[in-house]
Amino acid sequence: MTMDNADLRAVWLTLQLAGAVTVLLLLVGTPIAWWLSRTRSRAKGAVGAVVALPLVLPPTVIGFYLLVAMGPKGPFGQLTEALGLGVLPFTFAGLVVASAIYSLPFMVQPLQNAFETIGERPLEVAATLRASPWDAFWSVAVPLARPGFVSGAILSFAHTVGEFGVVLMIGGNIPDKTRVVSVLIYDHVEALEYMQAHGLAGAMLAFSFIVLLTLYTLNPRAVRNVS
Amino acid sequence: MSGDICAHFRLERGDFRLDIDLELPARGIAVLFGPSGSGKTTCLRAMAGLERAPDGFFSIAGEVWQDEASGVFVPTHRRALGYVFQEASLFPHLSVERNMEFGQRRATNAAPHGELDTVADLLGIRALLKRRPDSLSGGERQRVAIARALLAAPRLLLMDEPLAALDLKRKREILPYLERLHDELAIPVIYVSHAPDEVARLADHLVLLEEGRVVASGPLCDTLARTDLPPAFADDAGVVIETTLSGNVADNLSQLEFADGTLHVGRRPEVPGSRLRCRIHARDVSVALERPRASSIVNILPATVSAVAATDTPGHVLVQMRVGGTPLLARITERSQRELEIAPGRTVWAQIKGVALLA
Repeated sequence: MTMDNADLRAVWLTLQLAGAVTVLLLLVGTPIAWWLSRTRSRAKGAVGAVVALPLVLPPTVIGFYLLVAMGPKGPFGQLTEALGLGVLPFTFAGLVVASAIYSLPFMVQPLQNAFETIGERPLEVAATLRASPWDAFWSVAVPLARPGFVSGAILSFAHTVGEFGVVLMIGGNIPDKTRVVSVLIYDHVEALEYMQAHGLAGAMLAFSFIVLLTLYTLNPRAVRNVS
Repeated sequence: MSGDICAHFRLERGDFRLDIDLELPARGIAVLFGPSGSGKTTCLRAMAGLERAPDGFFSIAGEVWQDEASGVFVPTHRRALGYVFQEASLFPHLSVERNMEFGQRRATNAAPHGELDTVADLLGIRALLKRRPDSLSGGERQRVAIARALLAAPRLLLMDEPLAALDLKRKREILPYLERLHDELAIPVIYVSHAPDEVARLADHLVLLEEGRVVASGPLCDTLARTDLPPAFADDAGVVIETTLSGNVADNLSQLEFADGTLHVGRRPEVPGSRLRCRIHARDVSVALERPRASSIVNILPATVSAVAATDTPGHVLVQMRVGGTPLLARITERSQRELEIAPGRTVWAQIKGVALLA
C-alpha cells in the first residue's frame, strides 16, 4: 500500500470538504431539526420527507438536479451569478453545498430525535426560571441534546467522506478542487493502479469502521434511529 | 381587590373544560384540591402562562399578567413566579448549585448571592450543592427544585403536587420544610394537591375543584366545615383547628388552646407556645344532650348545632356545630338525630374521640 502526493492532496481535500459540510449542516440542520421536533404544523410530514429523500434517492439523481439548478440556467445558478459568485458546479463551494444537501438527513434525524427526547418539560422549567425561549434553547436544549449533536456531526462527516455519485455529478474530477478520495480510488482502479487503490480504500475502510465503532460505543441509539 | 390574586380562565382541551373564576388572598398557602382530572394542574399552568386561556385574566397584587380583553399576555419567562413541578425537574446537565443559580442569575430582581446559602439551609440541602441531580433521592431533588424556584425571587410560588411522586417516607421528610416555608415566606403560594393530609397541614385557603369548576373557595376552617360539599370531599369530612400548645398537664397529657376552648392530647414533644394544627374527623365526633359524666372521652366541648345535612353514608347525617366561633363536624346516625332532636340552634356536648395532630 502506497500513497503518493496526489493521494495525500485528495485526502486533505476530502477532510476539508467533510469539515466544511459538517459545519454548514450544524448551522442549517439545527434549526430544521428544532422546528421538526416542536412544530404541530401540517407541513411537518412533507418537510420531514424532503429531508429524508437523500436516504433513498440514487446520488446521481440528486447530483443531476443540483447540477441543473446550480448551472447557469438554473434558478440557483442565476441567483449565485447575480450575487457575483459565479456558478457553483465544478467548484469546491458547489461540492460543499451539494454534499450538505446529500448528507442533510444524517444531521437532522439524530438532532430531531435528541430534541424530541428532551420533551417540553425542561423548556417549561427554564421559562418559569426567567429564561427566554432563545436563552432556554442554548442553556437547556443544546446541552441536553449533546448526544444528538455528536452523532449528527460524526455521521455527516463520515457520510461526506464516503460519497461518490454526487461529487462526480457536481464536481467532476479536478485535482485540489473536487478530486476527493472516493473519486481518486475510481481513477486508480480505472488505470489499473491497484496498489494505490488499496492504500486509499484500506484507509477509508479503517476510517469508516473507527467512526462507526466510536458512535456505537458512545451513543448506540442515535445510530439506530437514522438507519 | 387589587391586593389579591384574581384568576378567570375558560379553556377547552378535548373533552375537558376548565371554567374558573377565583379570588385568592395574596398571603399564605392556597391549596387547589380535587380528584384527578378536576383541572387543578391546568389551572396552575394557566396561572404560569404555560397554557393560554383564550379569554383569560390573571393578576397578582394589581400586576396584570394576562388580560386577553386588552390583549395582555405576559410570557412565562417575564412573570416573577416560581413553579415546582410534580416530578423532579432539575436540569440533569447542571450541578445542584448551578440548578439553583439558574433562575437567580436571570431574575432582574434576583435575591443577592448570599441568599443561596440561606435558602439551602432553609431546605436542608447545603451539603448537596456540588452533587449532580441524578445522585439525589427523590425527596432531595424536590427540595432542590423548591429552593431553585425561591431563588428566582418570585412574587408567587406555584406548586403542582410536589409530593405526589414521593413515597410516604420522603413525604414526611419534605412536609416539615414546606411548613417552614409557610411560616417564613412572605409571598403567596398556590399549591395543588389531592391528598387531604397535605391540605390539612398546609392550607390557609382551600379551593375545591371538580370537573373543571370551583365548588368551594374560602378559608380552610370554614371550607372544611361546610356540609354542602360534593361526595368526593364529604367522605373524609372533618375540620382543622389551629391551636397553641400551652403545656403539659397531669397523666402524661398536653393541653392545646384554641380560640374557643382547650383540647387534651397525649404528651407532645414540642415546646410550650408552639402552634399545632389538629384535624378532627367527623366520624370521631359524637354528640350528647347532657354533659356525660362517666365517659372515657377526654375532650368534651359545649357546642351549638348550626346545620344538619345528608351524607352518602347510609343511615348517617353530618352535623355542623360551633364551639364558640370554631366550627366542628360530627357524623351521627339518623336514628340518633331523630331521638336527640338534633336541629340547628340546639345546644349539645360534642365528644371528640380522636384528635389528629398534623406535626
